[in-house]
Formats: sequence, C-alpha cells, structure tokens
Amino acid sequence: MTEPLLKVQNLRVELTTRNGTAPVIDDVSFELHAGENLSFVGESGCGKSMTALAIMGLLPEGIGRITAGSIMFDGQELTELSQERLRRIRGNDISMIFQEPMTSLNPVYTIGEQIVEVLLAHQSISRADAWAEAATLLDAVRIPKARERLKDYPFQLSGGQRQRVMIAIALACKPKVLIADEPTTALDVTVQAQIFDLLRDLRQETGTSIILITHDMGAVAEMAERMIVMYAGRIAEIGAVDDIIGTPRHPYTKGLISCVPHVLAHVTDEKQPLTEVPGIVPSLREFGKDQCLFASRCQHRTQQCLTARPQSVNFDGAQSADCWHAGTL
Amino acid sequence: MSEQPLLSVENLTVRFAMNRRGLFSPATHLYAVDDVSFHVNRGETLAIVGESGSGKTTAALAAARLVTAYEGRVVLDGEDVLPLEGEELRQMRQKVQFIFQDPYSSLNPRQRAEEIVRDPLQSLTDTPAAEQQEITERLFAQVGLRPEQRRLFPHQFSGGQRQRIGIARALATQPELVICDEPVSALDVAVQAQILNLLSALQEEFGLTYLFISHDLGVVQHMCDSVAVMYMGKIVEHADRKSLFNNPLHPYTAALLSAVPSVDKTLREKSKRILIPGDPPDPTQKQVGCRFASRCPVAQDQCRLSEPPLTEIAPNHRVACHLVDEKAISPL
Ligand SMILES: Nc1ncnc2c1ncn2[C@@H]1O[C@H](COP(=O)(O)OP(=O)(O)O)[C@@H](O)[C@H]1O
Ligand SMILES: Nc1ncnc2c1ncn2[C@@H]1O[C@H](COP(=O)(O)OP(=O)(O)O)[C@@H](O)[C@H]1O
Ligand code: SF4
Ligand SMILES: [Mg+2]
Ligand SMILES: [Mg+2]
Repeated sequence: MTEPLLKVQNLRVELTTRNGTAPVIDDVSFELHAGENLSFVGESGCGKSMTALAIMGLLPEGIGRITAGSIMFDGQELTELSQERLRRIRGNDISMIFQEPMTSLNPVYTIGEQIVEVLLAHQSISRADAWAEAATLLDAVRIPKARERLKDYPFQLSGGQRQRVMIAIALACKPKVLIADEPTTALDVTVQAQIFDLLRDLRQETGTSIILITHDMGAVAEMAERMIVMYAGRIAEIGAVDDIIGTPRHPYTKGLISCVPHVLAHVTDEKQPLTEVPGIVPSLREFGKDQCLFASRCQHRTQQCLTARPQSVNFDGAQSADCWHAGTL
Repeated sequence: MSEQPLLSVENLTVRFAMNRRGLFSPATHLYAVDDVSFHVNRGETLAIVGESGSGKTTAALAAARLVTAYEGRVVLDGEDVLPLEGEELRQMRQKVQFIFQDPYSSLNPRQRAEEIVRDPLQSLTDTPAAEQQEITERLFAQVGLRPEQRRLFPHQFSGGQRQRIGIARALATQPELVICDEPVSALDVAVQAQILNLLSALQEEFGLTYLFISHDLGVVQHMCDSVAVMYMGKIVEHADRKSLFNNPLHPYTAALLSAVPSVDKTLREKSKRILIPGDPPDPTQKQVGCRFASRCPVAQDQCRLSEPPLTEIAPNHRVACHLVDEKAISPL
C-alpha cells in the first residue's frame, strides 16, 4: 500500500466553553488515500465538523485547540505548521465546502469576482486569465451559460447553483483533498443527485480525494468506499462502506441504519414501527469520560460499558468497532 | 370505499401578489397552488410530497383557513370550510390543527410548555380551567414528556422534545384532522424515528386523520396510506401507497424516487437513475404546457403546448402526463 495522503493519528481537540474544557475530538485516527472518498456519519453534535475544521486548521479561535496527536498531510505535520503555511495549504491543497452556500459567499460581489479573487490569491496568473479560468470552472460544475453567469450576484442563483459555485471555488486551486461538510443538506433531492453526480465525475477527472460529511447513510453508500461512524467525539466504527452497511458491528451503527425509513423497491400493505434509538447525543460536557458514551442509549449495555472506554474490536477487511460487546453481538 | 373523505379539496388555487416591476405595469401573481384537488380519508394519512416551493405548505394552510384561498372549495366532514366566519370558523379550527416543521420557532419562547399546550383550549374552546389542566397533564404523558417538564420553557428542551410539545398542542382540542408540515425534517434520524413512531401510535389511539407534508420519500412511504406528488403548484400524481411506489407513472415521481440515495446495494444497481437537469422554472412566469416539460427526459412537442390534466388512469391512481394512459405504463 502506498503512503496515505492524509494520516490522522490519535488526534485530540479540546473545546473550552463556559462549561469547562472537553475533548470534542477524542483519540481519533484514520487515513485518507489519494483518490479515495471517505465519509463521516453520525447525528449532529458528534464532532464531524470539528474533525474537518481541525484538518483545515480552522478550529474556532480561542475556544478550540489540538492538544495531542498528529495530522500528516503529504509528508507535512499540519499541527506544527505556522498559520501562514497552513493558509497556503488550505488554499492550494485542501479545500472545504459547507452546508449553507449562501453564508459562505459574499453577497456584495459577483460570483465571477469571488472566483477570480481565489484564483489570484493562489496562482500566479494574470487577471484576464483568471476570468477565463473562472468561466471554465463554472462550466465544469455544469452551470449553464457560465460566462454570463459570472456577472451574477449570489442571490440571483438557486440553492443548487450556489453550491456549485462553492464547489467551483473549492476546486479553483485543484486541491488534493476536498472536504464537503453536509454539502446537500439544504438542497432538494433531485438537486442533491446532480451535486453528487458532479462530485463523482470531478473526482474521476481530477483524482481529488473527498471527505464527505453527512448524516445520510444512503449518501454514504452511494458516494464513499470507506466510512467512519462518529459518536460523541470518538470513532464508533470504521471500515469499508459495504462491510459496515452489510454487517454493522457497533450498536450505534446498527441503530443509525435501522431507525431510518429507507425507500423500499417494493411496498406491501405491511408496516412495521421504526426501530428506535432512544435518547439523544450527549452534550459536550459528557465527552471524554472513561466509559462508552453510547451506553445510555444502548440496549446491550453492561457494567463494563459504564466503567471503561471500549477498545477497538477488529473484524475482517479492516472493519473495527469500539464496543465492548462488538465481538459477540 | 363508500364513506365520504374527511377532507376534500377541490380546484383550490392560492395566489400571492408580486411586487410590481414599475408603476404602470399590471399587478402579477404567483400561483403557489394552482387548481389542485385531493382528498384524505378518515383515519388515514395522505402525504403531500414535492420539492421546496412546490406549494405543499400553502395548500395545507389554505385548507386549514390559515391562508386565503383565491378559488376552490374545501369540504371538511361535510362542511364547506372556505365561507365560514365567526363562531363557526372557531368550531372548525378545533377540528383542524397544525404541527410545524421547526420546533424552535413555532413555540413561543416566553411561554411555559404547559401554557403552550393549553393555548388552543383557551382560544378555541370553552373548556373550564380545571378540565384544561387535566387535559394538559394527560397530553404530556401521551406524547412522552415527564410531568415535571410542564413548567419549563422551550429552550430547556431538545429538538425532539419541542416537537413533542408541538404535537401535544395540536392534539389539545381533539382535532379530527392534523396537518403535519415536515414534522421531522429538522430532527436527527434517531429522533425522527421516535417522533414518527409517536405520530403513528397517536393516530391509532385516537383515530386521527393526517395530512402529512414531507420532502423525504422514505418518511412518506413509511407514514402514508396515499400520496399526492406536487410540482410547481400542481399535483402531478395522486395514488394509494402501493400504486404510487410500485408503479410510479409521472416522470417527475420516478425521478424523485430514483434520486433518493439508497443503502440497499441491489436496489441501487437495479434501479435506473433518472437524472433531471436544472432547477424548476421561475414560478412567477405563467407556464404553457406541462410545468415539468423543461426538465422531463421524455417530453414531446405536445407537452410544451398543452397542460396535461390530472386524469384517473386506474382506480385510486391519477396522473397528469400526456404520455400516460389507461395502460398505466411508465413513459420512461
Ligand atoms: N464554537 C463552538 N463552541 C462551543 N461548542 C461547540 C462549538 N462548535 C461545536 N461545538 C460543540 O462541539 C460538539 C461537536 O460539534 P460538531 O463538530 O459541529 O458536530 P457535527 O458536525 O457532528 O454536528 C457539539 O457538542 C457542539 O455543540
Ligand atoms: N406569503 C407568501 N408570499 C409570497 N409568496 C409565497 C408566500 N408563501 C409562499 N410563497 C411562495 O409560494 C410558493 C410555494 O411555497 P410553499 O407552499 O411554502 O412550498 P413548499 O411548502 O412546497 O416548500 C413558493 O414559490 C413560495 O415562494
Ligand atoms: S460498549 Fe456497551 S454500551 Fe457501548 S455500544 Fe457496546 S454494548 Fe453498548
Ligand atoms: Mg456539522
Ligand atoms: Mg413547506
């Protein structure tokens, strides 16, 4: 196996809030290979966005900091880089798109101006070339009549088109890694299908690795080869998408898959109640405790689960689950 | 089924005035709901599904007299609803209640949970205070909230709990029809399942009729007895659950279904992906022909010229597409 493009090891990120300090990312390790799509799933508040922000070097200032672990990217230790070097990597090698494209676009500049700004900041090209390149990028994200649309302001675009513009900006510097944090959550399902199609094609054409953050197992199944289920700042389960969705090993993963009413290919008169995962994700205050943080919601909980953090149990094909009883369930 | 539907909506149109472009240009209107007809049988769930802006909420609000209808008829329990005024309107409001999407903004932040739940009893009924208290306490238990939570304010609850408060409030007047407008869209999947199961259990227990609005086809498939699919203010397909999902006939319905990402690998591999390009056209422009024609993969000349009417092509299966006839074969 070749060296991974991105290697995160034993990462710990602490957030300091009014309620004290807690590890929002707690001993998280994973690898991302060139050209791969890795997905993070989990309910909101599990630390998916924080993981992305940690990689980007964009943790909330004065609140969040990396206190242990390493983020190796392309041979560089990101946790030790200066702000200046990090900014360069952010622009050139790792890009991110967010859930709400409207808030990430500046309403007072045309989309052409915004794309050109990014191009000029990261490439040494002339302004005229940047405008030409901007049109090419809009065309690549399948916005019709790209050259004319460069003059539009963000409010003149639909939600789907704004997200395409964000993808165009993210791709402006041909990043090696694209982090997409719930990129389609605010969009209609037919538009989501278009965006997913676009991401798939771009990845094939450019070889960009994608980290897709989502709460939709279906999206993971369609987009990713490997996945990480996060719960309360920790990895609950990691492995190949087909393995995990076919045979989930962690009770949380099982719950996440079975509580959703999936569209069936053939419906009958029969209707079953949905499987429930009781309760909700714990608040940040609970993170970091030496126990299974899913225990309060888990039907397989034993005393051991409440007194020590579960160790990883490994299965065939590099699937592993952090659950004391994963091996016997 | 010989029994009258509980709710029957006939040729309903709702339009909103648009800002005039200039002083002398004529007023234009956006037809958010355009000549729409549907019905909901007693004790059943009709789901309205469609993308945002298709007119789902407006249709429901108009049927509940929360937005003014421009044309059409709404019959609830044999009674013509649109002309009602005064005390009669108040009586009707007891029978139709709403659960909103956003459990954050739909509750008054300054009211205690029990005041929120009691509110419709106070404004719509003459129930004595002591009885109001009893009903409120009972409702708290029925929606799975603890008695000591009655005195808390909305911000002290999680999203799912807030939605439970919204459900309790909607049930306070013992309504016959409950309109659930995207009731779980703002919730995490695990909490979604909790709320959907609660809604099903309450329906069973009280014989409730639901008008259930959602953009999530999995949720719709799970909850409904029949479905109306909306696109740009029109119903394009209206059928019972099995007919609609097992034999979707309108190209838009088929496209919607194929766009849902699936965890089921075999389903994914066998189902044909129907990618429809672009976004819906500008709703302020009056359309000639089928509204879906600009995105439809099989559109023909006639589709761009005349608007297809919603036609019954099989029992309990109505479709508005020029290319679908009694043979009930998908044009795709
Ligand atoms: N700026 C912040 N200040 C304080 N707490 C935060 C902040 N951002 C996130 N959190 C908390 O960190 C936890 C993880 O958040 P996040 O990474 O956004 O989760 P996800 O993306 O999985 O929904 C949550 O408990 C959240 O409330
Ligand atoms: N109060 C209003 N004034 C003007 N336009 C409105 C109003 N409410 C809704 N609309 C418009 O009517 C159309 C249908 O909206 P809505 O019923 O909210 O759709 P849905 O619930 O399917 O998302 C949209 O184009 C929307 O912008
Ligand atoms: S460690 Fe225990 S409580 Fe945690 S998921 Fe496994 S069985 Fe459940
Ligand atoms: Mg997030
Ligand atoms: Mg709506």
